[in-house]
Amino acid sequence: MVAAIASEGLTKRFGSLNAVDGIDLAVPAGSVYGFLGPNGSGKTTTIRVLLGLVFATSGSHVLLGTSTQRALPKVGALVEGPAFHPYLSGTANLLRLDAADRTADASTARARVGSALERVGLTAAAGKRYRAYSLGMRQRLGIAAALLRPRELLMLDEPTNGLDPQGTREVRSLIAALAGEGVTVFLSSHLLSEVEQLCSDVGVMSAGRLVWQGALADLRAQQEPYVRVETVQPAEARQVLESVGLAGVEAADGHVRARLGEARPEDVVAALVRGGVGVRGFAVERASLEEQFVALTGEGFDVSG
Amino acid sequence: MSRADLRFFGSELGMVFRRRRNLALLVILACVPLLISIAVKASGHDAPGGSIFGGITDNGLFAALAGFLVLTPLFLPLMISVVAGDSIAGEASSGTLRYLLAIPAGRSRLLAIKFAAIVTWCLACALVIALSGLLAGLVFFPSGELTLLSGRVVSYGDGVVRLLLVLLYVTASVVTVGAIGLFVSTMTEAPIAAMAATLTLTIVSQVADAVPQLGRIHGWLPSHYWLQWVDLFRDPIITSRVGTGLLVALGYVLFFTALAWARFGGKDITA
Repeated sequence: MVAAIASEGLTKRFGSLNAVDGIDLAVPAGSVYGFLGPNGSGKTTTIRVLLGLVFATSGSHVLLGTSTQRALPKVGALVEGPAFHPYLSGTANLLRLDAADRTADASTARARVGSALERVGLTAAAGKRYRAYSLGMRQRLGIAAALLRPRELLMLDEPTNGLDPQGTREVRSLIAALAGEGVTVFLSSHLLSEVEQLCSDVGVMSAGRLVWQGALADLRAQQEPYVRVETVQPAEARQVLESVGLAGVEAADGHVRARLGEARPEDVVAALVRGGVGVRGFAVERASLEEQFVALTGEGFDVSG
Repeated sequence: MSRADLRFFGSELGMVFRRRRNLALLVILACVPLLISIAVKASGHDAPGGSIFGGITDNGLFAALAGFLVLTPLFLPLMISVVAGDSIAGEASSGTLRYLLAIPAGRSRLLAIKFAAIVTWCLACALVIALSGLLAGLVFFPSGELTLLSGRVVSYGDGVVRLLLVLLYVTASVVTVGAIGLFVSTMTEAPIAAMAATLTLTIVSQVADAVPQLGRIHGWLPSHYWLQWVDLFRDPIITSRVGTGLLVALGYVLFFTALAWARFGGKDITA
């Protein structure tokens, strides 16, 4: 498959800190790629390198099969939050950005600005000064800027940051609609539910390294299923589960968990009943994406060094 | 310049000339020749000709020259520092720089457009001083023939042409401040710091120019020839020092725009 973004050994060092440490990104064209990682893991620096804002210390990268400067007119980006001139209106700010684009057609600028604003639901506030915008409106204007022209690749850094639940849903459905049109979306996020909902592929960053990359379905399939037994007799349940050969048994107040392994769930239930354990509930579950994320990065949402 | 570059340049001019702070500065600038004219009129003294302030009562055109004389050392550099210092650092501090570069505006192209807008701003400032002085002079003082600083009498039209040359010379002089400001602006994300540093450098230059013991370097200071336009109001025009002044200005402009380009071209934009 053609890669929308490909990098080899991409490294960015700030002083003695390896902000990005030899990552090999492979973002398939047409995918929605979730770029995950705790704060400070190098996501934004990676995006800055890909956009040509920051120069890589070593390694190489290709956007849409070509160099950054050639690809950028076909790339819409939202980097580290929206940034606009406070005393200009939403429309004036977008016209300013469009004027800076040497490949943009001036005669269609107004129409394109209008439709970009409409697409993010900002038409009513188009004439208002940016400084009067709420956080959510600013975020929408940032997305509108990324949609000024038809794009082949969108790089969105935390696109639903600061949006209310309704706005979050709107932006997510907008991303889904754009992906449906064939636009590749590179979505940096720390909202795992967002990634689960939108993304076909994921890359997980930890301390500057890309610790996992591939189809989301493959990541989910990696996770072993486990059984969860709800019972008032956790000690007995533990004995039975261990006797039928389940590993990783953990008993807690009111329930017991164990890895299912190769065992069949119906055999486990039968063994529990035969063993005289009062089963109040039985379920086969998989680890949540969050648990997998913690397992991969070794941490939750704390800021890493 | 292609049409796309012209469009970007137009947008940049809009950013500079629609900004209220800059408009307020232009208004203050315009007031100075006017206030000089009113002060001279109110004092009622008929100063002898042969000097710039003395010439005002003879011919209003000298009000514009008096404006250039008092504004060139400090206030005009301040105005240029404000716009030049803001050029890159202002975009960096508001975060808009990263979006301009991701467009991609192109680093060298962005710098060139910013510098072109700074030069336009320098020209506009000089134009405002000249026009305000010219108009105030016409209102309060005689126009007609004027006596040059060397004593020769020329027509008012000749005087206006000479004033236009002064305007261009002053513009070229303060474009050096613009080039220094552009360079300083690529070094920081704080526009106020860039403005202050640029203005400080021009003041340092003038202080050094005032110390006789530093005579050996005077000719190399950016501000040394700033008032040399007085030679344009002599007859015949003495071109040697004006020419040297223009060469020094060109040297500083080339040096600092090259530095700005080298610095900005390889800079990591982390703001």
